[in-house]
Amino acid sequence: MIESPSSPLAPLAGAHVRAVHDAFHGDLLEVSMGPHHPSTHGVFRMMVTLDGETVVKLKPVFGYLHRNHEKLGENTTYLGSMPYTDRLDYFCSMTNNWAYALAVEKLAGQAVPDRAEYLRVILAELTRLLNHTCLAGFLLQDAGASGTPLMYAFREREKILDLFESLSGSRMMCNYQRFGGCRVDPTPAWFDAARRVTEEYPRFLDEYEALITGNEILMARTQGVGRLSAALAVSAGITGPMLRACGVDYDLRKAEPYGFYSRFEFRVPLGDHGDTYDRYMIRILEMRESVKILQQALRDIPAGPIFDSKAKIRAFRPKAGEAYGRIEGPKGEIGFYLISDGTGNPYRYRIRPPSFVNLTVLEDMCLGHTIADAVIILGSIDIVLGEVDR
Amino acid sequence: MTAPAPLTDSFLERVPLLVRDFITGWFPEPIRWVVAGLLAALTILLVFATIFALLTLLERKIIARVQNRPGPNRTGLPWLPFTEGRVFGLGQPLADGIKALTKEDIVPRDADQVLHFLAPVVLVAFSLMTFAVIPFGRNLVSVDLDAAVLFFFAAGAGTELAVFMAGWSSHNKYSLLAAMRALAQLISYELPLLLSVVPVVMLAGKLSTTGIVAAQAGWKFGFIPRWFVLSPWGAAGFVIFFIAALAESNRSPFDLPEAESELIAGHLTEYSGFKYALFFMAEYFGMMALSGLGVTLFLGGWQAPLPVLEVIPSYLWFGAKLMLLILLFMWIRATLPRLRMDQLTRLAWKFLVPLALINLGNAAFWHLSAAWPGLPLQAVRYAIGVAVIVIPFFLIGRRLSAGVAPRTYRYAP
Repeated sequence: MIESPSSPLAPLAGAHVRAVHDAFHGDLLEVSMGPHHPSTHGVFRMMVTLDGETVVKLKPVFGYLHRNHEKLGENTTYLGSMPYTDRLDYFCSMTNNWAYALAVEKLAGQAVPDRAEYLRVILAELTRLLNHTCLAGFLLQDAGASGTPLMYAFREREKILDLFESLSGSRMMCNYQRFGGCRVDPTPAWFDAARRVTEEYPRFLDEYEALITGNEILMARTQGVGRLSAALAVSAGITGPMLRACGVDYDLRKAEPYGFYSRFEFRVPLGDHGDTYDRYMIRILEMRESVKILQQALRDIPAGPIFDSKAKIRAFRPKAGEAYGRIEGPKGEIGFYLISDGTGNPYRYRIRPPSFVNLTVLEDMCLGHTIADAVIILGSIDIVLGEVDR
Repeated sequence: MTAPAPLTDSFLERVPLLVRDFITGWFPEPIRWVVAGLLAALTILLVFATIFALLTLLERKIIARVQNRPGPNRTGLPWLPFTEGRVFGLGQPLADGIKALTKEDIVPRDADQVLHFLAPVVLVAFSLMTFAVIPFGRNLVSVDLDAAVLFFFAAGAGTELAVFMAGWSSHNKYSLLAAMRALAQLISYELPLLLSVVPVVMLAGKLSTTGIVAAQAGWKFGFIPRWFVLSPWGAAGFVIFFIAALAESNRSPFDLPEAESELIAGHLTEYSGFKYALFFMAEYFGMMALSGLGVTLFLGGWQAPLPVLEVIPSYLWFGAKLMLLILLFMWIRATLPRLRMDQLTRLAWKFLVPLALINLGNAAFWHLSAAWPGLPLQAVRYAIGVAVIVIPFFLIGRRLSAGVAPRTYRYAP
């Protein structure tokens, strides 16, 4: 066992020499993975204690990207926080926007026109495609696949980003939703482009699965690795694909249909093992369901306004009260909890970030696995540090 | 031997010898052998350093094409006419070389200074030594040793030492982990590599590489080459050899010692500048040497695949086969994810070693049944040879991948 707890004040060289020495006497090796490490997905740090290559202790360290998001939210207007929500999970700005808009709309009792509701569903499902595609690419990159799956994924991601860009003017920081609707109305050409992307997506998924899903190395690397029991997942508050990979049927789109989700026909895939392979496959299967939702939404979207004409834009002051708006983001349940004291700024602005909550079970999943597994287990959680640290 | 005599003596075949004799002719008789040896070493160094430079570009281009990217295409050779200064990024190796040379060479304060410096040098030296015994053409082998195959593996084993030196001396935890991985991996895969070569030595009856190439000369029915890879044991041996060679040269999917996503750069973490470039060079040298040995042992060395094609000089055939294997290396790298350490060693000890041992018996059977008369009996012989290796392949393979299978998923009601 470790002879002396490594204190940050201990001289670095001394502790280092001792650790290397200990490694050759059957003792444990403490490795600080990150915050500068190729596969920690940002500035995340894992203090890993290794016995050989087996993880016996793992302490996640984060906060390197903390930027006071919630306090900023309390000191700016309601609308002023909208661009900040883009920066939470920078892959999913559209869903972040929606979750925040939903919370504020609940608080202010604001209605949303039909066309805007459809648009929100379309953009949220495009975001889900984008996020899960990137995750599949990153996960395989972590598994050591030399970038090929990642590049395939990024090629598709680019098409969706182009759609976002032509709609909102920005590829990732969309800042698109407003309280009572959306910011700009898409042109018919945009819908054509969106339909084309949707039509072509199943082909990409087939290609991707043919490339890698049946690969024996991938299955050997991920099956049985990083098991998470349904009981632990539920008690830790895990949500999203990670929870469904454990076999728990909980999808806010079904459990508490928000927006117009009750109008669409789609299924919720469930895993039985709760391991890394299930987490990967559930996301692939969810993408196929997202394509179905997109097809229906793009077919059924009505004409009309995209913004409620009665919505108040200037001097937006919801009456005193509180509201919690949550949606099924690609990474899990993303929620905004707001308390209004009747002024232009929220009294309290609180985010429930799915990445952060999902990250809490990292050690439980990694113990007993090797350091190589820890990397792909972290990859399969699907974190974005912008959201973890806020 | 159906090869007509004049072809083997054609001018193109003799060019290397003529050049050698021309240059050594300037020196007095007693030291000519020294000059000839130095000349061979210099040629190998220059030719393979050039090939290495081009291969780095080729690998980047190929992987880029696999990944829907153009790859390096900006760095050109400005003095080439009609190209606007850019030809497939041909200047990239040059730019890389200059960058590596001019970068600051950082040595960690706590590193073992001597070993840290020696590791890349030793690595390159040992990987270069292996080239000495590979016959690149009909008249092109620098040292025609009787125990050439043995020498190759002895020199190749030195590279393992160098990798461990690098990992140990860097004084970095990632490097240390990588060094331990490298040692486990290289020693594990040394065994299947050697065992896959034993049948070749057995059937050729020689340890000399030129002798093994000579044993694969000639054509069955006048057009099927007698390369070892075309017999059941040879094909199996070649596949085992190739997998082990992938692991020995630290290439994907066995690139665990320098697993980027886990150990940053493994044993190379604390290397920068030209020392890093030397490691990179040694990796390519190792890959080329092992491919060269594979060509020599299984693919008929420098022999042409058809009698009529003997017009093309033998060294070109060798080069073509070498490139084919190297392209295979690159293709695999661009496709597969990495194995885990325990899976890697399990693959070696529980799959490749047993198969290689069975293949040994298979080769013995092939040797003993060589005199079976008539085509039908020969066909039976071939079928037995295939069955002896394919059946264990499936039996052992099924045990190896037990518990790993595609899954079906249910949907919420």
